[in-house]
Parts: sequence; structure tokens; C-alpha cells
Amino acid sequence: MQALIDKAEVSLPSDTEIRVVRDFKAPRTLVWQAHTDTTLFQRWIGGYPGWSMPVCEMDVRTGGKYRWRWRMDESGQEFGFFGEFREVDAPAVMVQVEYYDPGTMGGAMDDSKPTINRTTFTEKNGVTTLVTLIKYGSKEARDAALSTGMTDGMETSYARLDKLVAEQQQGG
Amino acid sequence: MTPSQRLDATFAALADPTRRAILARLAQGHASVAELAEPFAMSQPAISKHLKVLENAGLISTAQDAQRRPRKLEAARLGEATAWLEEYRQFWERRYSALDELLGQLQAKPPKSSRKRH
Repeated sequence: MQALIDKAEVSLPSDTEIRVVRDFKAPRTLVWQAHTDTTLFQRWIGGYPGWSMPVCEMDVRTGGKYRWRWRMDESGQEFGFFGEFREVDAPAVMVQVEYYDPGTMGGAMDDSKPTINRTTFTEKNGVTTLVTLIKYGSKEARDAALSTGMTDGMETSYARLDKLVAEQQQGG
Repeated sequence: MTPSQRLDATFAALADPTRRAILARLAQGHASVAELAEPFAMSQPAISKHLKVLENAGLISTAQDAQRRPRKLEAARLGEATAWLEEYRQFWERRYSALDELLGQLQAKPPKSSRKRH
């Protein structure tokens, strides 16, 4: 019998993959909706103070395209992701081919090679288990994403914002 | 082994649900091969193969008892791998916490008044 996974769990099933699992006390149709309705999606996907999401477009069907863009209001810096839905089987499975859009950030991620992201929604006894499997083009790309890629954009700019705030406070 | 190679060996060892379950059991204390094999529909030789992978990665070792040869967890080595993934895990958990909260709001009983809560 499995306990509720109420905090995200990360594992590395192979050299090129990352797997993230989390349980939610909600029907999967609702969890699916939160992933595919752009208004709902924005309310959880990037809710960092100081960041907004100027672009959030999703055409959730096989072959449909999507584009997400985040903007740090203070500096105007932007980055995002875009891609295509390779497979959509609501409310159970979605598979995306995803490209990183470095925007104005630059950064360490290889913006020419996409990841294949497979997200499954499985419901049992009112609990939905969300499993995201991200497959990179190489071990190097996967390891880079783990150590800097995913967090670099947001965390680095967060640190810059902290510094800016501190400087402003010192300036009086 | 360089630290980088050690991390690779650790993650390869962790990339198997049986081995993760073995580590979870050893986190509770030493156990013999027979004790470790017991919860799985698996022969002792099959479990021994998994133990070898875990030993090579330095995640478990054999405690002093020539007869029973109980295995024990090398917690520091496991801790290295966990720490390395932690920042990444938190990246996802921040979003999922927000999703959790949103799902709670969406499932909450609507208030009697017509004014919506944000």
C-alpha cells in the first residue's frame, strides 16, 4: 500500500531522464483542467513574486502548439518554453516536444534540442497521481538541467532582484 | 572514483524500484539477505545482484558479523545524491504546492454570497 506522495519526488530512471511524481487530493479531470486551461495554468505554473506570464498559449490536442513566456517585471528579462503536443488523451496522458526559449536570459540550457515530456494523470480513491517524465537528448543535457538549467533562469534573477532591493535600501 | 563518477554510480543504483525499497528497509536498520529478499517475489540470488550494485555504489556495506553478514545503509553517500537533487526537487515542489492550493480552492464549497473569493 503506497502512502500519499504529498511532496514532489524526483528520480532518475535512466541517464537521460528525470521523473517527478506528486499526488493531489482531487479528481484527475480537475488536475487535467489545471494543466490545460490557460487561466488556471497560470495560477500555479510560475507564481514567483516579481514574475508575470505575458504569454500563455496552449492548443491542447495532438499536433497542437503551445508557447509560454515569463517576464521579470523589475528588469524586463524574459525566458520561456514552446513546443507541440505529440499526443493528447484527456484526461490521462499528454506528451509534449518542448524547446527552451532563452529570451533575454542566455543561460546554460541547450536551446536547440527539445525534451520529450510525458505527463500521466492516474486517479484512485479520489487521489490523482501526476507523473512527469522528461527525456533529454543526452546525459549532459539532463545533468545540466538538474544542476543549473531549470533553476538558473529564475533563481539567478531572483538573486539579482535581492541584490537590487538591498542596494536600493542602502541608498536610502 | 571521482565525485562525479560516484554520483553517476549512485543514481544508476537508485534508478531501480527494488533497490530503492531495499534502501528504505535498511534505513530502518541492518538486515540480512534473507530478510531483504522476504518482501519481494524474488530469489536470494536475484536480491544479491541488486545488493552488489548498491555495494559498488557505496550505498550499503556489510556490518561485522561473519555468519549473518547483515547489510547496512551508508547514509552519507545517499545524502550526497539527495542533496544534489534537492534544489531541483524544490523547483517542482513550489509549483505543485501552488497547484495543490489551487485545486483546494476549486473544490471548496462556493460561498453563499455571490461575491467570489480570490
